[in-house]
Amino acid sequence: MRLTRAQRARLSESVARSLLGAAAAVVIGLAAFVLVYIAWRGVPGLSWEFLTEVPRNRGREGGIFPALVGTLYVVVGTGLLTVPLGVLGGVYLSEYAPRRPSTRLIRLAVANMAGVPSIVYGLFGLAAFVLAAGFGRSILAASLTLTCMTLPVVVTATEEALRQVPADLRHAALALGASKLRTVMTVVLPAAAPGIVTGVVLGLARAAGETAPILFTGAVFQMRRLPDGPGSQFMALPYHIYTQVTSVPNWNRDLVWATAFILVLTVSAASAVAAVWRSYRRRRTAW
Amino acid sequence: MTNLTDLSHRRSVGRTAIRRAAEAVATAIIRAAGWTAIVVLAAIALFLAWNSLRALDEVGIASILTGTSWYPTSDPGKFGAAPLVLGSLLVTVVALVVCVPVGLAAAVFLSEFAPRRFNEVSKAVIEFMAAVPSVVYGLVGVALVVPSVKSAFGLDSGLTALSGGIVLGIMALPTVVSISEDALHAVPSSLRHASLALGNTRWQTTYKVTIPAASSGIFAAVMLGVGRAIGETMAVLMLTGNAAVMPKTVLESVRTMTGTIAAEMGEVVQGGLHYSVLFVVGLILFVVTFAINLAADVVLERQRKRWGA
Amino acid sequence: MVTSLRSAVMSAFSAVVEPVRVEGGVLEEAERAATGRFELRSVSVAYGSETVIEDVTMNIPPQAVTALIGPSGCGKSTLLRCLNRMNDELGNVRVGGTIALDGQDIMAKNVDPVELRMRVGQVFQRPNPFPMSIYDNVAYGPRTQGIRNRDELDAIVEDSLRRAALWDEVKGSLKKHAFDLSGGQQQRLCIARALATRPEVLLMDEPASALDPISTQQIEDTVAELKRTVTIVIVTHNMQQAARISDQTAFMLRERLDQPARLIEVGETRKMFTNPDDPRTEAYITGRFG
Repeated sequence: MRLTRAQRARLSESVARSLLGAAAAVVIGLAAFVLVYIAWRGVPGLSWEFLTEVPRNRGREGGIFPALVGTLYVVVGTGLLTVPLGVLGGVYLSEYAPRRPSTRLIRLAVANMAGVPSIVYGLFGLAAFVLAAGFGRSILAASLTLTCMTLPVVVTATEEALRQVPADLRHAALALGASKLRTVMTVVLPAAAPGIVTGVVLGLARAAGETAPILFTGAVFQMRRLPDGPGSQFMALPYHIYTQVTSVPNWNRDLVWATAFILVLTVSAASAVAAVWRSYRRRRTAW
Repeated sequence: MTNLTDLSHRRSVGRTAIRRAAEAVATAIIRAAGWTAIVVLAAIALFLAWNSLRALDEVGIASILTGTSWYPTSDPGKFGAAPLVLGSLLVTVVALVVCVPVGLAAAVFLSEFAPRRFNEVSKAVIEFMAAVPSVVYGLVGVALVVPSVKSAFGLDSGLTALSGGIVLGIMALPTVVSISEDALHAVPSSLRHASLALGNTRWQTTYKVTIPAASSGIFAAVMLGVGRAIGETMAVLMLTGNAAVMPKTVLESVRTMTGTIAAEMGEVVQGGLHYSVLFVVGLILFVVTFAINLAADVVLERQRKRWGA
Repeated sequence: MVTSLRSAVMSAFSAVVEPVRVEGGVLEEAERAATGRFELRSVSVAYGSETVIEDVTMNIPPQAVTALIGPSGCGKSTLLRCLNRMNDELGNVRVGGTIALDGQDIMAKNVDPVELRMRVGQVFQRPNPFPMSIYDNVAYGPRTQGIRNRDELDAIVEDSLRRAALWDEVKGSLKKHAFDLSGGQQQRLCIARALATRPEVLLMDEPASALDPISTQQIEDTVAELKRTVTIVIVTHNMQQAARISDQTAFMLRERLDQPARLIEVGETRKMFTNPDDPRTEAYITGRFG
């Protein structure tokens, strides 16, 4: 059977469309599958005791309370360091940086920091914070390490959010006799807050899920008490999953999957809340 | 001309010297924060290099890169990292085979064919995929991919380069899809309209005009996917079996550079030779991923200039 | 109510040398006469190496409306921005000649543009309220000046909104988000915001070009009312508007693309529109180009 040019074109169009669509369906299906699978495996192990008790029998029984608290401490510590540094860094790039090669260099450094492997951050944290600075394996050292890793996320999100703010608003504040600093702090930054908050949440969510950077900087296999300060070692959810799977014979499937479920739930719920809040605020500030 | 201080005729609200000084200090802090990225990146390079010195001196970069046996705890230790480098490459190649065709096809569909509503859903889905921690991907791989590979190929163990590569490929999907989709989106629609007006179908327009126009951005997307795969640690550590031998096929256990650092750094003597060699491995990783990211960044920057976005 | 308001405003501006007088319940500063006079001598502006305005010499009388007219691209807005040194913020702009405000050279090195802008306010082409409440928008300038007292701020906000003819529409909803106002209301809010710093001069850059005819009318009425207390310089495309609201008109023109714009003619508005000295002015006013 011979086809005309037009028929051939139409045939290839529909073949291409269905193949491409299938690929997109595979990607989305995979994500949906991962989500559902984690929930399906994770729910049976969930219980009140699981969330509030310390692990027993090397983690095969009991709960993950110290790991929850440890991850919370590290994320808070990271946030305290990364938010001021990252936001001010973004402010510099968007509002202050001159159009010079040095600025291009900073942007390049930010982009490259985002691509440095997490295990390399772990090495750096060990060498710089644990050993050279003398912080030891601790919440402080781990938070500093994770701060380096999340910094580019926050800087980039802040810079982009600030760029979205119309120049008109800056001019209005300046024309009222506000200094540049006051203009940025009282008008531009608040107007860009939704985008910045989203970036911060995404960065911290990523930090909460990271294992490699905390391997040598303070995470421990098991602790019966809670960390008592920034100098203390800690348990963390992702590290707990890793050590259970790789070092505990006959690990308790239900409990480990429940841990993974809690981790994924927290991380994606935080991102989702940030995204919803952003789109709500966007409607308010329609530019 | 009267005295210029009269300009602030409301003396109570004029800008005092203190206020001006405070502003100068705040501006200096902002400027310093801007330079943090460069400071951190330089510090990473310096600390890696500094801790690598002993190994570079005693073993030498050539024998580390070309040596084929990795027995760090024997006496004297053997630090041939070639199996590790090869292990990383092998796993990365598998990951690319998994993620590039599917990822690019999905990106083309999302950018050129999918309705807008669908696009918002897919953005959220891809963000979710990127947000799942790597240790969780490792866990899913242990539960599903490892047994499947084992039974499909009749192996004694499913902990192979193939298992690690498959999971890594899935993990690299969000990067590849979102960056190549951005590249396709950046192509001005006037180009597409011109082609459609010449009587081309949508698909003809896509492969004749849009994809070539976005090729540099798509290349960058693949590069960043490679960077992500080479640098990934936890999933490969849980899935590849970690045998530090020269791999021959993807159905064998391999050990990657990242996995080696993660597995061994906890047990070495600080400041010892083994410790230092692990920093050399870290330095290699850093240099390789830095080069990949730099290349991708240069390509993306050129594309941005081209479309004036 | 009126008494307490008056005393509050009195204390708010006690630093102002001139006394405040109350007339018919409306607060005015009639005695503050003769401030806000600009004198421009051989003013030129260059973006990088390109001179865009050359040799502008004119006076801007206090408490009157001066309109800057001319075809688009003739540098009206650029000249306007010289008067509060907003050009400083755009980078790579050089201003030559002298500009004096009440006898003081505003381009002198030791003049802080931030302080200058408290005296010379600006209203922009498109309404640009801050993404905050109506109240916070108007209070922004006074707060910048360090005024924190709640009663003082309340009084300033009310007074400014009254002068911008917006008070009656928003007095019950000062906490409402500024973006909930209509375009015309937003622009009057921006006028109120500019007035709240008690400027002597108000620069208006085509303030009604983005608005509908009714809102435009309201803005024009506001301007007519305001000129009793402040000097107003308004850039406009609209010849009828210039004729209706201004006392003095300045016509600028860039005759060729490779030449900087110049001031062709400046004079009393009535004369400019009925019997201009320069044939190019007449050609523009009668609509032969531009």
